[in-house]
Amino acid sequence: MQLTNRAKQVSNKEMTLAEKMYLPAVVGGLAITIKHFFRKKPTIQYPEVKKYLGPIYRGHHVLKRDEQGRERCTACGLCAVACPAEAISMVAAERKKGEEALYREEKYAAVYEINMLRCIFCGLCEEACPKQAVYLRHDRMVPVFLERDEVIYGKDRLVESLDDRYIRKNSEVATTPTEPSLTRSTT
Amino acid sequence: MEDTKPQLLTVTIDGIAVEVEPGTTILQAARKIGPDVAPPAMCYYQPLKGSGGKCRACLVRVAAGSAKDPRPMPKLVASCLTAVQDGMVVENTTNPQVIDARNGIVEFLLLNHPLDCPVCDQAGECDLQNFAFDHGKATTRYEEDRRTFEKKDIGPYIQLHMTRCILCYRCVYTADQITEKRVHGVLGRGDASEIGTYIEKAIDNDFSGNVIDVCPVGALTDKTYRFKNRVWFTKPVDAHRNCPTCSGKVTLWYRGDEVIRVTARKNEWNEVTEFICNTCRFETKKTSDWIIEGPTKVSRSSVISANKYRADLEKPSFGKRLAAAEYKPIHDERDMSQLNIQQLPPERFAKTLPSAVEPEP
Repeated sequence: MQLTNRAKQVSNKEMTLAEKMYLPAVVGGLAITIKHFFRKKPTIQYPEVKKYLGPIYRGHHVLKRDEQGRERCTACGLCAVACPAEAISMVAAERKKGEEALYREEKYAAVYEINMLRCIFCGLCEEACPKQAVYLRHDRMVPVFLERDEVIYGKDRLVESLDDRYIRKNSEVATTPTEPSLTRSTT
Repeated sequence: MEDTKPQLLTVTIDGIAVEVEPGTTILQAARKIGPDVAPPAMCYYQPLKGSGGKCRACLVRVAAGSAKDPRPMPKLVASCLTAVQDGMVVENTTNPQVIDARNGIVEFLLLNHPLDCPVCDQAGECDLQNFAFDHGKATTRYEEDRRTFEKKDIGPYIQLHMTRCILCYRCVYTADQITEKRVHGVLGRGDASEIGTYIEKAIDNDFSGNVIDVCPVGALTDKTYRFKNRVWFTKPVDAHRNCPTCSGKVTLWYRGDEVIRVTARKNEWNEVTEFICNTCRFETKKTSDWIIEGPTKVSRSSVISANKYRADLEKPSFGKRLAAAEYKPIHDERDMSQLNIQQLPPERFAKTLPSAVEPEP
């Protein structure tokens, strides 16, 4: 019985020996393989070779120093209150006489810790900072850690060293009026 | 017999009528309506006699002086000093002239303010910060050098940052009220005026610490709390103790298990109603000294409530009010009795959203 006239007759005839060898298909497949063999490889041999991730990549945190090498952070706590993951904690201290070359403001962060297990690299701390002190480096990632006690980054690993300054050219970053360089107030 | 009760006066502020007793100021009448209508106050402090009229932050426009004389007042008036009259019509936030004047006031108050909020201990509970956030601009037009002063210690516990002072005179009135002699005042004139204690004399009074709570900015700060922590990382808890000199009702500010600051309790207008003594404020900073009453209610909009999770935290009623205002009842005219369905209880067919009902106070 035939319900529609779209039924197709199939033949069950046995293939010949030449057909059974699938030669044209094998040659065609091999040609593709050989073509790829001589192509430029897109794989990047990480970690030996690292790709440039762009100027707005949010990587390793850095606590900036100013032109004179003084720490910019004044432990205002805005990064910590902005942090959605609550990864940042700090303890403030008052600058003593004779430490003016070390710290920019009369208050500084004696302890500044970022828990890298908690951090989601959203960059809100960078946005919140009124002193342009905390940045997420675009050129460096937080390395893989193997032990849990390696994850809490203190000031020893966050403050930028003077021979390894972090520079990001971003014309859109404007100084806020609270910056002493603009308001010219001295405290 | 004549009614001995004083006649109540009706005032209309921003279109909301309120009945107040004679002698009430416009500011107090507006506060009676609620925080949405109340003008900001930088220098007026209800518990302090004579305060107010200095900062001009509370300027309002009086559109009609009274029912008998409905002419408008020619200039904006300071609402903290102007008494209400029957039939007075006041425009506060509804008048662009008032808003414009307040923007100007913020700019003037910030002329000499160092804007060192990241360093200042008052940040987060600062009246000037709130006022500037509501009315200020992000930039400054001021190009001259700001006035600078040296930091000064007033007594062993209080530090004066004259650079931050806005000369509201609140601390002067406090010192006048707590002492017999005049020990605390303003020296100099104009730009050079300065809060000072005569001949650098420290206030030895037992209640001198209250000038810290009274100060609307970070000019007078607690030296025992200096740079300890930011207010929004600390947890306020109401507590009391048996104090022989004061009421002993305070707010403790915790960081972890440690009391890092003790302040007097403030009402919703940021005013201290019961002043506390220096022993309570500076010397009893152990949990064992206090009887804990429970967490302080913090306004949802305050930065102090950031990152604090509580089940009974009061959410702003704005969303609910908006939902109630925009809710349209569904006109379902179908005859349910003809449908052979199970009859649902009538509250399932309530025409108003249960969430749209205003929460009972």
